Amino acid sequence: MLIRIVDQIDLNEVYQYLESPNSGAMNLFVGTVRNASNGKKVVKLSFESYQSMALSELEKLGKTAKEKWDIDKVVILHVEGEKKIGEPVVVIGVSSAHRQASFEACHFLIDELKKKVPIWKKEFYEDESVWVNAHP
Amino acid sequence: MEILLFGITKDIVGTHSLHLDSADIHTVSDLKEWFLKKYPSMKGLGSLAVAVNNQFADDGDHIQASDELALIPPVSGG
Repeated sequence: MLIRIVDQIDLNEVYQYLESPNSGAMNLFVGTVRNASNGKKVVKLSFESYQSMALSELEKLGKTAKEKWDIDKVVILHVEGEKKIGEPVVVIGVSSAHRQASFEACHFLIDELKKKVPIWKKEFYEDESVWVNAHP
Repeated sequence: MEILLFGITKDIVGTHSLHLDSADIHTVSDLKEWFLKKYPSMKGLGSLAVAVNNQFADDGDHIQASDELALIPPVSGG
């Protein structure tokens, strides 16, 4: 597994890592910075992580995915720091012999990452900034 | 004990790491109560978890000064 918190995402590196003669499928989810949130114009995002715990939680998720599905390789990269509109902030990559397993594992990994991995996103609008999800 | 702070809890307290000398804090729940009393705006958060040595902890778990402790406000990665 390739699991990292990074300053910048390199999609070529992800692709190269996932390539395998055993795999007939590669599934890649890329989360990017959107220009609006709840009707407000977003200028930029900033991500902060509790790095040691985030990595350990991501490792656990990767292991769970490998137990649940017949998959070959798993990549999870998440950025830290400031990101502008359109920039990639998270990549989940899964390779497998057949496509169904990699689709399902990829979906599972991004959903679980959003639920419990200690990473926080601050959205900057034109007039203020807000930690996303902090308040109900 | 040393408590690591992230996201909105870091903004509320105004520092990334807080040193606490309280003889009354023995469990995760004691620690949460200390923060909620000292920083009432934390009561408005969607959730407030505590990590002990990089693992999510339960309210009844015991903590000691040598543990790595962190407050975990609602996460928003991805």
